[in-house]
Amino acid sequence: MIARRWQYLLFAIWVVALISTPLWAGNYVIRLATTIAMASALTLSWNFIGGFTGYPSFATAAFFGLGSYVGALSQIAGVPMVLAWIAATLFVGLFTAALGGIILRLRGHYFAIGSIGIVEVLRLVIASWGSLTGGGDGLNVPFLSGGPDAIARTFLAAMIAIMLCVFAITLVVDRGRLGFGLRCIQQNEDAADMLGVNTTLYKVAAFTLSAMFCGTVGAAYASWTGYIDPNESFSIIMTIKVPVMCLLGGAGTVFGPVVGAAAFTLLEEFFWINFLDYNRAILGGVIVILIFFLPGGLLQLPYRELFARSPWRPPQDKPAI
Amino acid sequence: MSATAPILELDAVSKSFGGIEALRRVSFTLQEGRIAALIGPNGAGKTTLVNLITGVQRATGGHISFRGQDVTRQRPHQAARRGLARTFQIVQPFPRMSVIENVAAGALFAGAHSGVAEAMAFAREQLEFAGLSEFADRPASALTLAGRKRLELAKSLAMQPRLLLLDEVNSGLNSSEIDGALALIRKIADRGITIVVIEHVMKVIFSLAERVLVLHHGELIADGAPDAIAGDVRVIEAYLGEKFARRARSVANA
Repeated sequence: MIARRWQYLLFAIWVVALISTPLWAGNYVIRLATTIAMASALTLSWNFIGGFTGYPSFATAAFFGLGSYVGALSQIAGVPMVLAWIAATLFVGLFTAALGGIILRLRGHYFAIGSIGIVEVLRLVIASWGSLTGGGDGLNVPFLSGGPDAIARTFLAAMIAIMLCVFAITLVVDRGRLGFGLRCIQQNEDAADMLGVNTTLYKVAAFTLSAMFCGTVGAAYASWTGYIDPNESFSIIMTIKVPVMCLLGGAGTVFGPVVGAAAFTLLEEFFWINFLDYNRAILGGVIVILIFFLPGGLLQLPYRELFARSPWRPPQDKPAI
Repeated sequence: MSATAPILELDAVSKSFGGIEALRRVSFTLQEGRIAALIGPNGAGKTTLVNLITGVQRATGGHISFRGQDVTRQRPHQAARRGLARTFQIVQPFPRMSVIENVAAGALFAGAHSGVAEAMAFAREQLEFAGLSEFADRPASALTLAGRKRLELAKSLAMQPRLLLLDEVNSGLNSSEIDGALALIRKIADRGITIVVIEHVMKVIFSLAERVLVLHHGELIADGAPDAIAGDVRVIEAYLGEKFARRARSVANA
């Protein structure tokens, strides 16, 4: 583990690096930075329910897709872009709060399967409700005025802003009563309940937090690409990638999701460029290896000892008393 | 300790699981500030009774009231906030939290402490009380069984309960560990907390309790002072079988 204040410093440098890409890099890198910020926002969101609370949610794509449709439809109806994003955030938040009371009765594998079900049901509803959503033909979202450079910069800034917003909430949750209660639930839900944690309320809060900003990201993504359709918005790949990114970095930590999202996106990009045919297979192999050998995520690596080349010391937790 | 209003009142409480009646019309009242014991052979319904009182399971008949309030249908976290704490027969720490965080959780969610820092400070006092100060920053999973049982007690104390139900806090401990645990339970009672000890170990009951309730096959078969209970024919029968009960009867008659 790296000391906390160094983690903050590295994070600040990282954010500056991302936000300054238009000054020193071309369109490809700016686009990559935007994708990383977007993945970080989604992963930080997932961390509330999957990391802190320990509920393996595969519903990210449901919230993302719902957000992109609410945002797109609002924009088509004439709502200004940023207001449409806020509307998508609130809508997804309310939707999830209502849904959470039902689906959070499930635990473990059952919850995981139920959460995948949300993605599929929403995809089918959106695909079938042609009169409102355009069905399988998808929707065209009004483009932003200004040149491609200005648009690229706007969406880079927007995704980074969303990421920082979720990060700030993560910090507050991590230190406060909510985070404490969620960790209790993660480690032993029944004992937490007996201890006075209102588990239903806490889980719904975590689930809602995990969804809201996926809605914002979805709406922003819809404005960015200018076109959405049900299959891409509710993609099963996204719903699996996000938890993998979080586990890669370190679930339930503050910085893990940021590290995981960046590492995964860069790896994915690297394999995509270098191994066009087999990139998914190689990426899959890398993920399996990382999860096997680093179950606590990249953040858990003993960096200090790696760099100091000191011999490995066994953990010192002898039984007490 | 002259409170006349009962802290806990059970009125014909029953619980059945399908066709099996785990508890049949159990009624008793507890006064504030006393130590009572609840005993009974395995499967008598002791833990079920604790589960009903703390809202883990819901009674299928009868009423439970706590400090004059009907709590028959409460949820566990509501019980905790009302001042009803329990320990588990099988200890349930949060394994990846430190010992002090485990205790602070009790103070934060059931006690009167709304801030994390405040709860941690209060937790430190409780750890000292339970003799666990030196392990405060160890992970809870690093404690021995006796240590974990103490942790359960410290956690319950941090909840600032009015009634504490101790479900076999002494099972699995050796004799000297039991003596340590007994001293701790007495210290807790001295704080004015009403305690119900659920036990198998007779030594514990006779040295602690002023009153003993005996459950057998889901029914309350005896209720009285420890000495009276030890000679009660029905209790002997429940524990040792009919042969010993007959012998006890003949001794009594002789």
